Amino acid sequence: MASTIRVRATSSGETTEVQALIQHPMDSGFVKDAKGELIPPHFIQQLTFEYDGKPVFAADWGGGVSKDPYVKFAFKGGKKGDDLKISWVDNKGATDSTTAKIQ
Amino acid sequence: MRTSMLKSILTVALLIAGASSARAAASEADFKAAYAAAEAANKEAAALRNQWTTTAAAMAAAKKAADSGDFDQAVAASKEAEALAKASIYQATSEKEAWKAIEIR
Amino acid sequence: MKPRSAIHFASAALALATLALSAAPSAFAADTPDPVADAKAFRKYFTDKFPKVKLQDFVNGPYSMNEDLHRQWEEKEQFPPYEFSLDLGKEMFAKPFKNGKSYADCFANGGIGIRQNYPTFDEKEGKVVTLELALNRCREANGEAPFSYVKDEMAALTAYMAFTSRGKPFDIKIPADPRALEAYQNGKRYFYTRRGQLNFSCATCHVQSPGERIRAEVLAPAFGILNAMPIYRSEWSGMGTISRRFVTCNSQIRGVPLNPQDDEYRDLEYYLSYVSNGLPISGPGARP
Repeated sequence: MASTIRVRATSSGETTEVQALIQHPMDSGFVKDAKGELIPPHFIQQLTFEYDGKPVFAADWGGGVSKDPYVKFAFKGGKKGDDLKISWVDNKGATDSTTAKIQ
Repeated sequence: MRTSMLKSILTVALLIAGASSARAAASEADFKAAYAAAEAANKEAAALRNQWTTTAAAMAAAKKAADSGDFDQAVAASKEAEALAKASIYQATSEKEAWKAIEIR
Repeated sequence: MKPRSAIHFASAALALATLALSAAPSAFAADTPDPVADAKAFRKYFTDKFPKVKLQDFVNGPYSMNEDLHRQWEEKEQFPPYEFSLDLGKEMFAKPFKNGKSYADCFANGGIGIRQNYPTFDEKEGKVVTLELALNRCREANGEAPFSYVKDEMAALTAYMAFTSRGKPFDIKIPADPRALEAYQNGKRYFYTRRGQLNFSCATCHVQSPGERIRAEVLAPAFGILNAMPIYRSEWSGMGTISRRFVTCNSQIRGVPLNPQDDEYRDLEYYLSYVSNGLPISGPGARP
């Protein structure tokens, strides 16, 4: 199955800028469906970006983050051609991860 | 004797006047008539492709009140629905010409 | 009379009063519609009103009206929220039906790069055919169940078809058929007609108030308003088609919506697309 994570990382000398779009329903558990029943909570709880074996960005999310979350950040360091690893875990225990090359 | 008779006639007359001016509670028949009028107007609005959501909401409220036996409220809501439906008919009818005034030319 | 009823009666009365004022006899009885003149006047109205907006930028709706929103949108376009739907649409479009045929068999040029020609006027049927309608007809003609017009699969398919037409200018044609002219005129009339308890017409927001706010939203100009469709709308947390937008606009002004692809909506799409001829297709799009 195709990864749920799309990522683009570009290095400009000192810093690397990262953008990611993650496909996930991010149901808060407070929304009702057309029948009036609550849609159970289903959201990413942990999101981690790792470079050179160390986390450069870590997020602890809850139901307040919208569907298909988009993340953008920059970190010091990172070289063209190096790997950036992204992984997430949601409240149902499901995970996904991907590795992208820094451009 | 005469004053007391006058008094009692007066009292009775006042009582009768009081009773006839007191509003009688609405009956189920009243509701059915009012609702039918609202429905007819809303149907006309539908034919003009111009129903309002608030008309439908008022009719639903009327039905709900009638179901719980509150015919006063049911009649009031039905009359409100009829007024809204009639306004939507008026809107559709007058807009047939009125739209031209805001057209970009 | 209870207070709520009083308010409703008052608002109905206010609506009546407003209608009475605006229902002045019109001096402009346009007997024969002139779409070419209409389109010219339509374009001039918006370019005069917003002289600093580049012509092609009108298709970006609220973003063309507000610099801050424009900047945020540009950033977001690097990783747009409609991407997943677009990818799905591409997959769906390529997948054959159970009978072996595919969408490509129903459209000119295999359905690629043709979105800007829709809606068309079908002279056999005597009615306007929108892209959404054509897609469902294609499905039904090939033994498949039609999709809902408002989101999901229909949005994904139209997203893909719009994407293959990105940059191509709207090229809507009105053939020399009185029924086509009538459909155009119906669409125009629908656009300017006030409806719903709030007594708004499409023009109230998109001609009289583009760039201004309605609650927290910045209003888009009507010129080029369909070019970005279908859209991922943050408000919907998902994709929506032209059908979805027409239906929700109606209910937002407290008018009971018609059914998707009812004649009025088809004609409305015909009119709005025609008066935006020349503006590039930018769909699929993202909106607040």
